[in-house]
Amino acid sequence: MAFDQELDASGLNCPLPILRTKKALQKMESGQVLRVVATDPGSIKDMEAFAKQTGNDLIESGEEGGKYTFLIKKA
Amino acid sequence: MDEKKLAIIATKGTLDWAYPPFILASTAAALGYESQIFFTFYGLQLVKKDLNLKVSSLGNPGMPMPAGMDKWFPVILQALPGMEGMMTAMMKKKMAAKGVAGLDELRELCIEAEVKMVACQMTVELFDMDHSDFIDDLEFAGAASFFEFAGDSDICLYI
Repeated sequence: MAFDQELDASGLNCPLPILRTKKALQKMESGQVLRVVATDPGSIKDMEAFAKQTGNDLIESGEEGGKYTFLIKKA
Repeated sequence: MDEKKLAIIATKGTLDWAYPPFILASTAAALGYESQIFFTFYGLQLVKKDLNLKVSSLGNPGMPMPAGMDKWFPVILQALPGMEGMMTAMMKKKMAAKGVAGLDELRELCIEAEVKMVACQMTVELFDMDHSDFIDDLEFAGAASFFEFAGDSDICLYI
């Protein structure tokens, strides 16, 4: 799926992936999609919780080769 | 929906105990909470300009140590000069290797996210500290002002 911006949070641990995601989204327009790549296994649950509490839409969440990828659409 | 509020009291001044207030406040801010941390007693070390915190294995049998040292290394030797520095260096190295944020970075992220930080004026005086020892983004106040914020908070933590 297409995305407007990408954030590489590989190697970062809690809470940095979430804080960087928040920061990246702040600079984006409503409706744009951010792709986040992370290696922190905790980020699967955390990204879900972040999206739920901030109203941003987590459209896709997946894992490939030890990396977790997320697509978040800015509210 | 009204903004949720998180109030934290930070009372401890070691490297390990410095993490929870800053992690929780910065994350809460990212989730849209209005957050405030009230620093008192040893927690004041967390808002010093010079953030030089240490960790100790003394009195902390739960602290994992390399090479199973927590199992065989006598507690009395952990009191030797230099041990605290060594433990601290090992902890920092481990944290960096695991991608855990540095404390100054987390504190900076809290400031950026407009987490309000308040230092307890009574304990600042008690320990003969000076306002100039502390970071700029800090207010000095007392218990009543903590309750002004914490009174309408949704979450209140004592750390």
